[in-house]
Amino acid sequence: MDDKPRRKFHPVYLLLLIPYVALLWVPFYNQIEPRLFGIPFFYWFQMSWIVGGVACLYPVYRHEERNK
Amino acid sequence: MSMQANPVTLTVFLGLFALVTGLGFFAARWRAGDLSNLHEWGLGGRRFGTWVTWFLLGGDLYTAYTFIAVPALVFGAGAPGFFAVPYTILMFPLLFLAFPRLWSVAHRHGYVTAADFVRGRFGSRSLSLAVAATGIVATMPYIALQLVGMQVVLAALGMNFSLRVPGFGAVDVPLLIAFAVLAFYTYSSGLRAPALIAVVKDLLVYITVIAAIIYIPAKLGGYGALFDAAPQTQLTLAPATATSLGPQFGYATLALGSLLALFIYPHAVTGILSSSSRHVIRRNAMILPAYSVALALIALLGYMAIASGVKGDPAYASGFAAFGNNFAVPALFLKMFPAWFVGLAFAAIAIGALVPAAIMSIACANLFTRNIYKEWLKPDCTPQQEASVAKIVSIVVKFGALLFVLELQSTYAIQLQLLGGIWMVQTLPAVIIGLYTRWFNPMGLLAGWTAGIVSGTVMVWQLALKTSTYPLVLFGLTVPTYAAILALALNIAVAVVATLILGKRAGTDETVPGDYTA
Repeated sequence: MDDKPRRKFHPVYLLLLIPYVALLWVPFYNQIEPRLFGIPFFYWFQMSWIVGGVACLYPVYRHEERNK
Repeated sequence: MSMQANPVTLTVFLGLFALVTGLGFFAARWRAGDLSNLHEWGLGGRRFGTWVTWFLLGGDLYTAYTFIAVPALVFGAGAPGFFAVPYTILMFPLLFLAFPRLWSVAHRHGYVTAADFVRGRFGSRSLSLAVAATGIVATMPYIALQLVGMQVVLAALGMNFSLRVPGFGAVDVPLLIAFAVLAFYTYSSGLRAPALIAVVKDLLVYITVIAAIIYIPAKLGGYGALFDAAPQTQLTLAPATATSLGPQFGYATLALGSLLALFIYPHAVTGILSSSSRHVIRRNAMILPAYSVALALIALLGYMAIASGVKGDPAYASGFAAFGNNFAVPALFLKMFPAWFVGLAFAAIAIGALVPAAIMSIACANLFTRNIYKEWLKPDCTPQQEASVAKIVSIVVKFGALLFVLELQSTYAIQLQLLGGIWMVQTLPAVIIGLYTRWFNPMGLLAGWTAGIVSGTVMVWQLALKTSTYPLVLFGLTVPTYAAILALALNIAVAVVATLILGKRAGTDETVPGDYTA
């Protein structure tokens, strides 16, 4: 790496890996039950990660804006 | 087609269309700048704040074709069509981390395209040309698909007047008019036009989606009934077997590969570089997922269409015959909504085609002008000449796409778009990895790019251009993998080996580390 002004790696960045693990491990959510308002698990689980993804991103955003 | 035009629907549709046309021409005066300058015309002067960028990128990345094709896929195949949801969720951490760096270095050095950056970073004209050419070739069929989306809606409105032009055959007149209008305001206003129109488009999309998810399930007996009406085996993906990892693996790799492609498409880069600061990009990584909510709900329209029984309804038979499952959503709206609301919903889709088509043609024009015209044909051109070439190219590109849709079958556009995504991913080592390290030899990257493009194309060709999920066989186990991912793995492997042979850090680098965090 040739980028000299390197900040030390901060563990908050690990949060960004969570949505990838949750959504790319398909067998975990590839099922119909439990349903939510009649919607199969496969669909509402993935949709709930829209909010989950933002929740994982927000602390990283706060961290970066603080260090600027 | 024998669909009858409803006067109420048509009036609402045409009224909204006239409104955005007016906005498109007015946009030239919005936050006025010198439009005879490429970064003013092609990047809106890099002045868009958080909200304008949100509307612009939302209108840009979630295209009209997506709104037609994703529910069509769910309608026809069920669960596999939902891959668009994880992929649009997972692109935001990448956007958040990598693109502020691209914005900063582009701002420092006046880069307008990703190929500009590659030229500066690796000091290689040929690598830059490869990146630019990939972008242009991959974007053309994408523009054509926006036209397909619009064609479906115009047909559903009953607006199908064709004119026989000698030498061209039947030409769809409403489509021709819509695109002529689009071409002229893009020419005169540049990126400001789609930015302003995107606001109207996104509002219409949200209104349509919210109405659809409340009104339609209520009429069909609730969400439970909706999913009960679909073939139960299609509600989830087929599980793995002893000899194959099954469609689940293909689903995950398709999501991963698609997210890698989406953000390096030229229209995405153009949208991102037009923002006024790196903070705008970071904030957008957090507020853009609101569009994923809309996308997920739109995907569910596929199930609503199944439950509503439009497929067997003779009133829509001609539409399905002409457009296949892409007709599912227009048919659903026609069947369920009152006439005036159909006009609004169809306007949302049609205007949703105009915004990305405008941005894509501007992005292609930027690439051609900067990385082919100025770099190879006329190095001493003035900024005014640069901007006027870009304006003309934006028109040529759009009419090229129009010709493509009118003269060839839309299946060619779909197949080329499938290939286009795979090709775009092959520029990732130079553009995205290049943001972090200068380790690679530019000729090594070019060798990797060649290997990726060739292998990706061959794989899809072997699948008869029908799918991009390649059944890789490893030790007797079938691993269905998105071809873009396999081609990228080969690409990076070749680039690493070639760099070790040719030497690391070769060539000049006009950027310094501080440029990436400025």
